[in-house]
Amino acid sequence: MSDTAFEQDRRTPAIEGWFTTDAEPSLLGNRCTTCGTVFFPKASFFCRNPACNGAEFEETRLSRRGRIWSFTDAQYQPPPPYIPRAAEFAPFALAAVELSDEQMVVLGQIAEGYGVSDLHVGQEVELVIEDLYSDDDHDYVVYKWKPVADGSTA
Amino acid sequence: MSDVVVAGVGMHPWGKWGRNFVEYGIVAARAALADAGVDYRDVQFVSGADTVRNGYPGYVAGATFAQALGWTGARVASSYAACASGATALEVARAEILAGRCDVALVVGADTTPKGFLAPTAGERPDDPDWLRFRLLGATNPTYFALYARRRMALYGATERDFAEVRAKNARHGLENPNARYRKDFSVDDILASPMVADPLRLVEICATSDGGAAVVLTSADYAVKQGVARPVKVRAVSTVTPAFPQTVIEMPHFATDSGAAAGWRAGGGEVTAFKDSITLAAYEEAGLGPEDLSLAEVYDLSSALELDWYEHIGLCKAGEAERMLHDGDTTIGGRIPVNPSGGLACFGEAVPAQALAQVCEVTWQLRGQAGARQVDGATVGITANQGLFGHGSSVILSR
Repeated sequence: MSDTAFEQDRRTPAIEGWFTTDAEPSLLGNRCTTCGTVFFPKASFFCRNPACNGAEFEETRLSRRGRIWSFTDAQYQPPPPYIPRAAEFAPFALAAVELSDEQMVVLGQIAEGYGVSDLHVGQEVELVIEDLYSDDDHDYVVYKWKPVADGSTA
Repeated sequence: MSDVVVAGVGMHPWGKWGRNFVEYGIVAARAALADAGVDYRDVQFVSGADTVRNGYPGYVAGATFAQALGWTGARVASSYAACASGATALEVARAEILAGRCDVALVVGADTTPKGFLAPTAGERPDDPDWLRFRLLGATNPTYFALYARRRMALYGATERDFAEVRAKNARHGLENPNARYRKDFSVDDILASPMVADPLRLVEICATSDGGAAVVLTSADYAVKQGVARPVKVRAVSTVTPAFPQTVIEMPHFATDSGAAAGWRAGGGEVTAFKDSITLAAYEEAGLGPEDLSLAEVYDLSSALELDWYEHIGLCKAGEAERMLHDGDTTIGGRIPVNPSGGLACFGEAVPAQALAQVCEVTWQLRGQAGARQVDGATVGITANQGLFGHGSSVILSR
């Protein structure tokens, strides 16, 4: 087995079907084929629009970029089922990000290396895939929001 | 509608007592019955607010309290609506009285809580967003409170000092409340020296988890007259509304909002009222009263900053004006419309199924003029506001 294949095998999404892991990753939502409403996480079995009885959905990629609606951090280790990455807890930041096309706010962790002092409301961020936690067999990855270097400020 | 009255209220003090939740519930229930002058054997309906942290007896709290008080064959209900459980249990009891099925109902909520962050039910449950938000994001309850706080800072120029001033006000309000767990005066500087938990919120600004119990005796107005209940308080409204689609404000425990690009729920579209605004709007509509009629409000200050949001959601002022109200002393006892005269969650910590009932106890004492050092002079109308995880609204309006 080549190192690359091993790496690919070790890295696995912490949850199936929520995001892509390609070079330009995006969140995977879905669209009700009856009323056109977009949902994230994906809707299944029933459309949550009270005016719609739709039950069929097509997968859709959400916008990869959005603007910070608000942000915070976790300075104490969250309780289980949160799994810390290392024995010593390292604080991390989170942001609720507004996607303009979908008119939807999506909560996620902020990419590694950025703290609340690097963030402001209205700042442009982009979806990335980063490590969340590991066990003996896998490094589990999840979507995170990363400040865009060339991003504009709303 | 004023066909239902609060005949009696009672509480077991909040704390970290580490005993069985049923004990707190029974202490509160007996206090409420004594307060009403009602014999337990005359109670025709027992309405329990559930706790999910104490095993099966907690899931069927109505029957658990009824058995502990002694089986009488009374009808029973058990309600779970997270932080709104108490209001839901109250509404179930009120509906029984309004429907003419009974005259006397006892509503009880009590909890024993673990230390630290409220965490989801154990096990591997990836279909539950409340479980998944901890696993995938490490998003605790304070994460959401902090998002709202930071948003206020960005939109309205609120500061960490403003939030600390809310906490200091509530500390002063609760100082002499015998049912409060924390009775300690905090200066703004003390609060700003407290460790940061979820920026911009500090440890003493985030609601703790507590043990406690609260109970309310509801009766028909006729029964109260017949029994000679002293100073009955009218139940003018109970709002238990859900959000309206699309819900475009991020709410615990969700990962995302609905898409605001979606058509609204009404045929023909039109504006959708934000959830927190809709909770008390429905209560005002039912009571035929408005924010201008209020003497006091008990709102769910899960964080110091969240209390400011509530000033606006319950209509005390326009968006962005809450800090001014706070600084003008409007919401302090002695001001125009005192908020959380009990000391609020800041002084109580949260005993989930008891909390919405504790708010009703406080408003009742205030309207009867029995609130001691924290009395709001001449109080005639009071409102409670609260919200249960996943979309349970909770608001009660009481009047003299």
